[in-house]
Amino acid sequence: MKQIFWSLAALLSHWRKHPTSLATLLIGLSIATALWSGVQALNTQARSSYTRAAAIFNQGNTQNIIAQQGGYFDQDLFIRLRRSGLKVSPMLEGIIYLQKKELKIIGVEPLTSPKNLALEEGHSLKSSFDILDKEGKALISPETLQRLGSKSGDRIRTDHGTLLPPLQPLSSVPPGVIMTDIGVAQKALLRFDKLSRLIVDQRAILNRELLSRLTNSTLKIIESEEGNDLERLTDSFHLNLTAFGMLAFVVGFFIVNASVGLAFEQRLPTLRTLRALGAPAYLLVIAMLIEIAGFTLIAGLIGVTGGFLIAQELLPNVAASLEGLYGAQISSQLSLDKNWFFSAFAMAGAGALLANAAGLIKTLRLPVLNVAKPIAWREMHYGYLRRQALFSLLAFIIAILIYFLGNNLLSGFIFIACGLLGAAMLLPFILTLLLLFGETQAQHPLVRWLFADGRQEIPGLSLALMALLLTLSANIGIGGMVSGFRETFLAWLDERLVAEIYYETVTADDAREIEAWARNDREIKAVLPVWRAKTMIDNYPVEIMGMTFHDTYIKHFPLLSSKENVWENLHENDSILISEQLAQRLKININDKLILPTSENNWLVTIAGIFPDYGNPKGQIRIDHNRLALHFSDAARTHYSLRVAPISISSVITRMKTVYGEKILRIIDQEEVKKISIGIFEKTFMITGALNTLMLIVSAVALFTSLLTLSNLRLKQIAPVWAIGVSRQRLAAIELIRILIFAAGVALVAIPLGVFITWGLVTIINVLAFGWRLPLHVYPTHWLIVFVTSLITAFFASLAPIIQLARSKPIDLLKVFVNAR
Amino acid sequence: MTIAHTLKIEEDRDILRIQGLTKSYETPQGSLLVLNEVNLSIPTYTSLALMGESGSGKSTLLHLIGTMDDADAGSILIDGVEITQLKESEKAALRRNKIGFVFQQFNLIASLTVAENLAFQARLADCLDEIWLAQLTHRLGLSQITSRYPEQLSGGQQQRVAIGRALAVKPRLLLADEPTGNLDEKTGDGVLALTLELVEETGCAFLMATHSARLAERLQRQCRLETGALTCS
Repeated sequence: MKQIFWSLAALLSHWRKHPTSLATLLIGLSIATALWSGVQALNTQARSSYTRAAAIFNQGNTQNIIAQQGGYFDQDLFIRLRRSGLKVSPMLEGIIYLQKKELKIIGVEPLTSPKNLALEEGHSLKSSFDILDKEGKALISPETLQRLGSKSGDRIRTDHGTLLPPLQPLSSVPPGVIMTDIGVAQKALLRFDKLSRLIVDQRAILNRELLSRLTNSTLKIIESEEGNDLERLTDSFHLNLTAFGMLAFVVGFFIVNASVGLAFEQRLPTLRTLRALGAPAYLLVIAMLIEIAGFTLIAGLIGVTGGFLIAQELLPNVAASLEGLYGAQISSQLSLDKNWFFSAFAMAGAGALLANAAGLIKTLRLPVLNVAKPIAWREMHYGYLRRQALFSLLAFIIAILIYFLGNNLLSGFIFIACGLLGAAMLLPFILTLLLLFGETQAQHPLVRWLFADGRQEIPGLSLALMALLLTLSANIGIGGMVSGFRETFLAWLDERLVAEIYYETVTADDAREIEAWARNDREIKAVLPVWRAKTMIDNYPVEIMGMTFHDTYIKHFPLLSSKENVWENLHENDSILISEQLAQRLKININDKLILPTSENNWLVTIAGIFPDYGNPKGQIRIDHNRLALHFSDAARTHYSLRVAPISISSVITRMKTVYGEKILRIIDQEEVKKISIGIFEKTFMITGALNTLMLIVSAVALFTSLLTLSNLRLKQIAPVWAIGVSRQRLAAIELIRILIFAAGVALVAIPLGVFITWGLVTIINVLAFGWRLPLHVYPTHWLIVFVTSLITAFFASLAPIIQLARSKPIDLLKVFVNAR
Repeated sequence: MTIAHTLKIEEDRDILRIQGLTKSYETPQGSLLVLNEVNLSIPTYTSLALMGESGSGKSTLLHLIGTMDDADAGSILIDGVEITQLKESEKAALRRNKIGFVFQQFNLIASLTVAENLAFQARLADCLDEIWLAQLTHRLGLSQITSRYPEQLSGGQQQRVAIGRALAVKPRLLLADEPTGNLDEKTGDGVLALTLELVEETGCAFLMATHSARLAERLQRQCRLETGALTCS
């Protein structure tokens, strides 16, 4: 023990002499842990919200029964099953609007609900709802209650006019959900005598044959875990976040690896001395492992705190993204479990161990005497370049293999990661070539030295430069994807939002009255009803919208692919248009058949066209207006759009408001709809922007710490040139130019790499993750911005070491020449 | 009478003149006086050996003369220019134009070849004489290894490159800090003989710090630094 203690003391004394290296190491490890744990905190938070939502149906591994084709089914089926002695409890889910805010309503029947179905620990659903209370209760999460601006006990009406029971906050209710008695839910949803699900009592033995016989095969059993659609749907989003977190961790890890490598080289004489003094190699390894554990503890604590703060800061953005993309509600109160806490420490430990792995192995093999021939820097440099090129080649080969063999989201990410890694590994090689070229072209001795010495600096800076490369290319790649998406989205909005006015009435009667008026108004050129219904396909909510056979759609409605005479087909046959996301999810294409559950029965339709639907979290289907009226008797017949001359927009809106006032729920013009849509779009990609900025900061820190660590070593190269007669200020300027050359080189490599990422995202990841296909756009202006950003990042990262050099005292430089002092 | 002798007569004046030079360092134990009112003059064509124990201030004196460190008090005139008052850029210009410095550790630029190292200072000073450089390279026995890099050379070869680099600029003053300290006796003797030969040819003043009395005797004058004071024989 004493041997370990004194060996450790000797090793630790290194950090006392090199506090900057210690700070660099801890900063790198803390940042890597913070970013990783921050992203994981967001994932944990979101998943806990989904679990809360899913838990309502899945407690105690409860089985659920739903309609065979999805959608709602008659309450009579429930009664039939109960009468047959089956212990099932009804449930109805749907969307309601409260103060124009969308909420999910879940109607339950507390009396028949299984005993294990509980919202509060130790309380059955019956007691939570207090069934003796005549008014009943609408259970709601505290954050949703706050979002509505209501307080406990308030009774509020849905936007369609149903008065809900008093609101009762309960923290175990998922955010964005109201739980109430099934009768209230049926009224609020206008789904009288309809159910969406039956919960099976845990004790009940239910076989599929019996169910099939009793319900004429209209219902089916699903196991509890199948029900958690939200978690499944949002998996790709969380995988994206995890990929971002991993990338940030890698960037942070580069900082750690750089400082650990440097520290090992600096400590090599100490290690040799310790070995010479009789310390066995394994003992030194133990001492180093203890040291690593110490770093893990410190950096883990800082990282966890940082991760919590990052997650807290980003949570509103993530919540906005998830709501925008999937309509998922995430609790705004960050609550994390011990698993998250310990996993953050595990990552810090793994990072520290991995960074130290090479050092530990070298220590185990360290000869007592330094018998090896000193390896010249040139030899080392070429060896290093060869290794890097080899790893790069390996990464590219893996990427190519995965491109041809992989077919899921994870393989898509691995493909991009391997491409990125391969390019990053190749960076030192490319920079060396650039510097060699500069050297051959340079005439002035100082310029030649600038390039020649730059090559010597590459191994020391390469990890930081790789981190900068990853950040810049991610910036170009993701930025390109988002910008391309925005461009496509705006063009799509222009095509999609052709009608000048959009309105919604309070009731269908109001709609009929206003429609009749509008058809006779001289300023209104066309009245286009956009009635809508909801159904479930493959256990997934789908919105059905009607379209009239009109030029507005025929000439403008964007289609990605379609049958010939698509509009005639839609109008005359049982054909539909389907959104790209839904087609992707259902794996169907043009001419394929689909069973569409209507409110009354099943309707066999043919796919006539696929349309992009970027902003919509739900699946969407477009059908002929008359067929919608025929097959969906429960369709909401309150949405309309109007074609009017641009000059008449405001006068028509004013007249409609004056004449029909309260009968119109909302009326907006085209510009307003676009503004709202763009707003949702921007909110959706806020998290991407925030993470991009964080990554840039991390890579600036990586570059800064590497330059700071190297600045002392650099004196060896700089001092002779200074002694020959180049002033410190001039040398500082040369150092700055050199760093800027590196940054420019990195930015140049980052551009094609960024385009590769954009390509990977739009052609592989987006299609698999979101079901969106986007054209590949490139943005040279963005490249220029990234190029300048790279220079600015390098400038600021190098500022402190450069100023330090410019202000260095002659004695610091003289120390290089004087061994004794 | 050789051309060198003619030049010697014409330029027989002090290339280096030091008066009242004082330098101390701050240490944890307090201020350490390294040089105490040192006076010294070296005319052209003169070689002077600076001796003393380790830590006696030999390197400090060379660094002060080489404009690489600042004195606490006193004056240093190099070729008639008072250097203690010069700005950083002026000191740098003086260093590259008029002073050659040879270090014990050679301090060659690792990223440049032998040829590039040899020409580096002269190119910086914009006074590269290709013929002189070729002669130097030949005389120093470096002709066969000009494309090599410093790390591929022996210690003796590296020191010869360092001397060549310092002399390529045809300095007025050549300073050498233990130039043979890292070399074996035979190689050291050879390097010094060659240096003295070349110094004689260029006509510069030569100041060399050394521990070795044997080597010091080969120079024209010998001075000793002890407890901050300089005494010359």
